[in-house]
Amino acid sequence: MLKLVNISKKLGEFTLQNISLQISAGDYFILLGPSGAGKSVLLEIIAGLEKCDSGEIVLAEEDISNHSIQDRSVGLVFQDLALFPHMTVKQNIAFAIKQNGLPHVEISKRVVELAERFAISHLLNRFPKTLSGGEQQRVALARTLAKKPRVLLLDEPLASLDVELKAEARKILRELNRSGQTIVHVTHDYEEAISLGNRIAVMHNGKIEQTGTPESVFSKPASSFVASLGGIRNFFQANLLPTNHGDIMLAKVNSEVAFHVLSQKIGYGYIMFPENSITISENPISSSAHNSFLGKVVDLFPQRFGIDVVIDVGVPVHATLTSDSVESLKIEQGKKIWISFKASSVTYIPCS
Amino acid sequence: MSRKVLGVKHLFALLGGVLLLFIIAPMLGMAFATPLASFFSTAAEVEVQQSIWLTVWVSLLATLGFSSLAIPLAYLLARKHFPLKKVVVGIIDLPIVIPHSAAGIAILGFISRDSVLGKIAGFFGLNLVGSPLAIAFAMAFVSIPFLINAARDGFASVPVRLEKAALNLGASPIRVFFSVSLPLAWRSIVSGLVMMFARGMSEFGAVVIVAYHPMVAPVLIFDRFNSFGLKYARPVALLFILVSLVLFVVVRLLSSKNKENA
Repeated sequence: MLKLVNISKKLGEFTLQNISLQISAGDYFILLGPSGAGKSVLLEIIAGLEKCDSGEIVLAEEDISNHSIQDRSVGLVFQDLALFPHMTVKQNIAFAIKQNGLPHVEISKRVVELAERFAISHLLNRFPKTLSGGEQQRVALARTLAKKPRVLLLDEPLASLDVELKAEARKILRELNRSGQTIVHVTHDYEEAISLGNRIAVMHNGKIEQTGTPESVFSKPASSFVASLGGIRNFFQANLLPTNHGDIMLAKVNSEVAFHVLSQKIGYGYIMFPENSITISENPISSSAHNSFLGKVVDLFPQRFGIDVVIDVGVPVHATLTSDSVESLKIEQGKKIWISFKASSVTYIPCS
Repeated sequence: MSRKVLGVKHLFALLGGVLLLFIIAPMLGMAFATPLASFFSTAAEVEVQQSIWLTVWVSLLATLGFSSLAIPLAYLLARKHFPLKKVVVGIIDLPIVIPHSAAGIAILGFISRDSVLGKIAGFFGLNLVGSPLAIAFAMAFVSIPFLINAARDGFASVPVRLEKAALNLGASPIRVFFSVSLPLAWRSIVSGLVMMFARGMSEFGAVVIVAYHPMVAPVLIFDRFNSFGLKYARPVALLFILVSLVLFVVVRLLSSKNKENA
């Protein structure tokens, strides 16, 4: 759908180096990285606001690298939204539709449809500055979608929203993507990335460090930077089901493995728990930990601090141990050991 | 410490007050020195009325006519970088720094019968020298920097992101200009138009050289003073000042009201 081939761009001290990405139709693609990584510049290059020094942008089999901004079928929602302050909500939304020479009735119909879809029908005659942050965001989305872009580009769309509005906005974006809209979403927040994206590209210092599904990126980080970004390799897709133990839920990772998780919510999502939260023993121990499994050591390798032990309990679980513990427990490949960790050490990020 | 600050504030207020008095006192003096009867009889003179009317409409014509050239240039200056931009900016400010009588001489040469423009006008049986068109040229020449500079500041204050957002929504550059840049810079542009209009109306030096007749109000004031003396110039001057004041208050009110509705 959208293909970036070897995009390079020099901006003062900063360089975007050989960026290549492939985004398929229907993808919710996340560009994840710290500020200054070059994510927003990359979006601006895709939209044509910035010209790249070299490389190629292919949209729907067509090279659009040299097309002017207005001739690219991509919709960009700016971080500051860039709503037209001198136009009403209605005029803002109608802006993109007006130029197609559509009759008035048709334009009004489209505006009303979009307004209903984003629950802003009651705001149509208001000016942007009188709206709340969440309302402005929905207007900006409606305005950009009015021109039916092939790809929707979002620059830190949730950054300015408070926690409650964030959840609501995520829901809107997810529904939008499910209705078939291809989305490229820039963020520095890995929780946001996990919760929304079906594919993630991690950017750092103007380069793509890794691309893949959230699971592959976070459980198998290709570089120390990617690892530090998520920080946790015990990262699994799971379906949370209620149990009859109050706020303890059962997270089914696959047909064999399920972990206990402390959560108020249920449903599909991702779970993760830190390597250093895991206790290892030769025999089952009775403790407050709700999760206790027998597994086989499949790998050991030294880390900067301690030793990373990978235990297969149906899925690979990483545990960081001191070299003392590894010695005294005589841990080696193939040995069967017990792992345990508390339900409260597991973080759950819902995806629905 | 605070007493000292207070002292400075008072001193500055005093200095400012003297300055305000310097502007207001001569005008008040003129108003008080003008007998009501002679003011009204002057206001009733056809020559005076025609002169003021001529001044207003020619300046309006010059302002509106030249704005179609000045506003696009102001946009370019605010948005684009091009070679010799500083020279262009310098040229625009030139009319402010040169003596207006010299500007009048320059324009006279430009529109005389021997010039290209004069010959073209002559072909249609027109003589530019002494025509309202010549007055409009002289007025525009000395007042155009006010419009260009105000409009340029106005365009510069419009966030580029808004224009890029409009382009991203599929609008052509010309539509972006008319639907985003121009409306958002409108307040500054109107302020520039008002300044240009006012400056054109009050111009004497350049106008008197290209057209003594028909007389615009500033020339009429000078003519009365020269031929009859202070006593006869005062009522015309006072009347013209009042008309100008009323006009600008009305224009300002209208433009600020328009802005609120937008």
